Amino acid sequence: MASHDPLVIAGREFASRLIVGTGKFGSFEVMRDALEASRTEIVTVALRRVDLEATGGPDILEFIDPDRYLLLPNTSGAMDAEEAVRIANLARAAGMPAWVKLEVTPEPRYLLPDPVETLKAAEALVKGGFTVLPYINADPVLAKRLEEVGCATVMPLGSWIGSNKGIRTCEAVQIIVEQATVPVVVDAGLGAPSHAAEAMEMGVDAVLVNTAIAIAGDPVEMAGAFRLGVEAGRRAFLAGKPAERDVAEASSPLTGFLEGT
Amino acid sequence: MRVVANGKPREVGPGATVEDLIRFVGLDPQYVIVEHNGEALERKRYGEARLTEGDRLELVRAVAGG
Amino acid sequence: MNEDGFIEPAPAVTFAEELARLPFDRLLEAAATASGARVEGALATSPVERTLDDFAALLSPAAGERLEDLAAASRRLTVARFGRTMRMYAPLYLSNECLTTCAYCGFARELPIARKTLSPQETLKEARYLLRQGFRSILLLTGEHERLTGVDFLEERIRLLAEEVPQLTIEVQVWSEPEYCRLVEAGCEGTVIYQETYHPDTYAKVHLAGRKRRYRWRLLGPERAARAGMRRVGIGALWGLHEDWRYEAVAVAAHAAFLQRNYWRTQVSVSVPRLRPSAAGFQPGTPVSDRDLAQVVCALRLFLPDAGLVLSTREAPAVRDGLARIGITHMSAGSHTEPGGYEHPKEAAEQFEIADVRSTEEVAERLREMGYDVVWEDWARVTPRVESALAGR
Repeated sequence: MASHDPLVIAGREFASRLIVGTGKFGSFEVMRDALEASRTEIVTVALRRVDLEATGGPDILEFIDPDRYLLLPNTSGAMDAEEAVRIANLARAAGMPAWVKLEVTPEPRYLLPDPVETLKAAEALVKGGFTVLPYINADPVLAKRLEEVGCATVMPLGSWIGSNKGIRTCEAVQIIVEQATVPVVVDAGLGAPSHAAEAMEMGVDAVLVNTAIAIAGDPVEMAGAFRLGVEAGRRAFLAGKPAERDVAEASSPLTGFLEGT
Repeated sequence: MRVVANGKPREVGPGATVEDLIRFVGLDPQYVIVEHNGEALERKRYGEARLTEGDRLELVRAVAGG
Repeated sequence: MNEDGFIEPAPAVTFAEELARLPFDRLLEAAATASGARVEGALATSPVERTLDDFAALLSPAAGERLEDLAAASRRLTVARFGRTMRMYAPLYLSNECLTTCAYCGFARELPIARKTLSPQETLKEARYLLRQGFRSILLLTGEHERLTGVDFLEERIRLLAEEVPQLTIEVQVWSEPEYCRLVEAGCEGTVIYQETYHPDTYAKVHLAGRKRRYRWRLLGPERAARAGMRRVGIGALWGLHEDWRYEAVAVAAHAAFLQRNYWRTQVSVSVPRLRPSAAGFQPGTPVSDRDLAQVVCALRLFLPDAGLVLSTREAPAVRDGLARIGITHMSAGSHTEPGGYEHPKEAAEQFEIADVRSTEEVAERLREMGYDVVWEDWARVTPRVESALAGR
């Protein structure tokens, strides 16, 4: 069934529909092996100011093969549009791909995205030639607005970052999927492969997972499990998942007027 | 000559480049991202971008993140 | 502006490309041969998850055998989304002048009919007649005459009527995006553009002469109107032109879904007009039966829960009352299809014969008996006049 079913973002094809974040792993070695086991082709990193008093040690980029993975810098830490644009420009100047996972999260407890600043930043970044993948709350109208300014995907959250609660926003994500003309990636909150499968069954195009893999007892094993969950959900979606049954409503015949015609 | 790197003053020799500074603080230029006086600096220009008195530099790197 | 009439930057993808990519072979196969189990699956799927393949299965003969079940599901969805309401509108023909030859139309260029274009004063009189009947939503219609009923003409008539009529929509020639912008600015709220037939060969066969021969220009009209800021856009096929009604149904459903996805600020409605007798004397090759029409209405509702479904007085009273209970949300009543026909019936030629000749009040009364709230106005533009009324001046 659907042997060639690539994820296409901004004209670029990916065989894997699982995007993996690199935060919270115990070591770069475990992270590298987990990336490998996940078969992901898109890997996110953040950018931070170097502590000049404590340099030395390996760099994370030594563990991410740029020929194998698309490096997707995020703008985490940005409190407003201006900061997000600044971070994206830095990453591009340093030779990273002109792709950016746009995150503007001024709210410190749940790291919820700011819709107004996100839209502003998205518009500026698209104009600046970036391929923009914005992280948003599951807001269908915001998703359309971002699509209109030229974003390559929309990335609604399943639940709060790191919460592992699964896809609590499913009703709104369903509407986003129904209306979207760009790929929909569920980002944040997926705590188990079954959550990833559930999202994919709904018809989302890809998922982004980080915490659930990184903090698992065996991150490498969990990365492989997520790969299977994503694949299972995608295949179920393509196969046409049978739906729950409505309860029928008893009423007088509605087609009686057709008798004799 | 004094410049400000990541918020702290630092002495560099006359004629030093951005790349000299990166190596001096113990970093590998291929993994460092630089903002020079508020402008993103392309990596290929690290070796030619000369520092002048009072320059402000931000040295940034990729770190783990989702 | 590009050659498709869009203001630059033009949209990356239009419905023309989407239509060319539709897997018609697969969809029409499903529409012709879907099994009972496949129909059951399509019925059981939740509305937001229904695909165009489900829609095709719902058009099949196997689905036709379960028409009562389709109707029950369609009615449930319609009531859930729209309540027990029926929105009323009336057509107002401004002119029957036409430079186009459509084989089926009573206004076609060479027909020796009584031609008329309403003066501003006559236009106001007709509109006031409809306002007295209770209507607050009026659909303005013309033939296709670039000079006599062009954008300047429409803009002027819309400005004239906008002072008195809360909701004005148009069903006229197809314009470019900048031209639609002018009409929106003048106070036009919506646009109706029937593709007539989505089948390019049939389209070429029945549109014999005139600007309307440009299939693609017409096909992209709804997109231009939506981009120009029309709050409502109506589309439809004229059932009976193309021999396979299932083909038209698939195309019109795909078109509506495309517009909803891409122009999400616009309310999309679909009309289901069947060919009626007219001075053109055109005979449909394969007539669409009442049962077929009912099945189309059910399938459209099940695939497009949010779309307005529109039925005019082309249909007889029994069919209108029956379809109102199944999925129709917008109806006209008491219509005349000749310019000036409300104040002076039959002086000018009509576009087609109407079949429901009941008065507006009779139709409204029947709908109330059936348990419907008859809605004359559901949106109002705030004009300076309304503003001063609200301020009590």
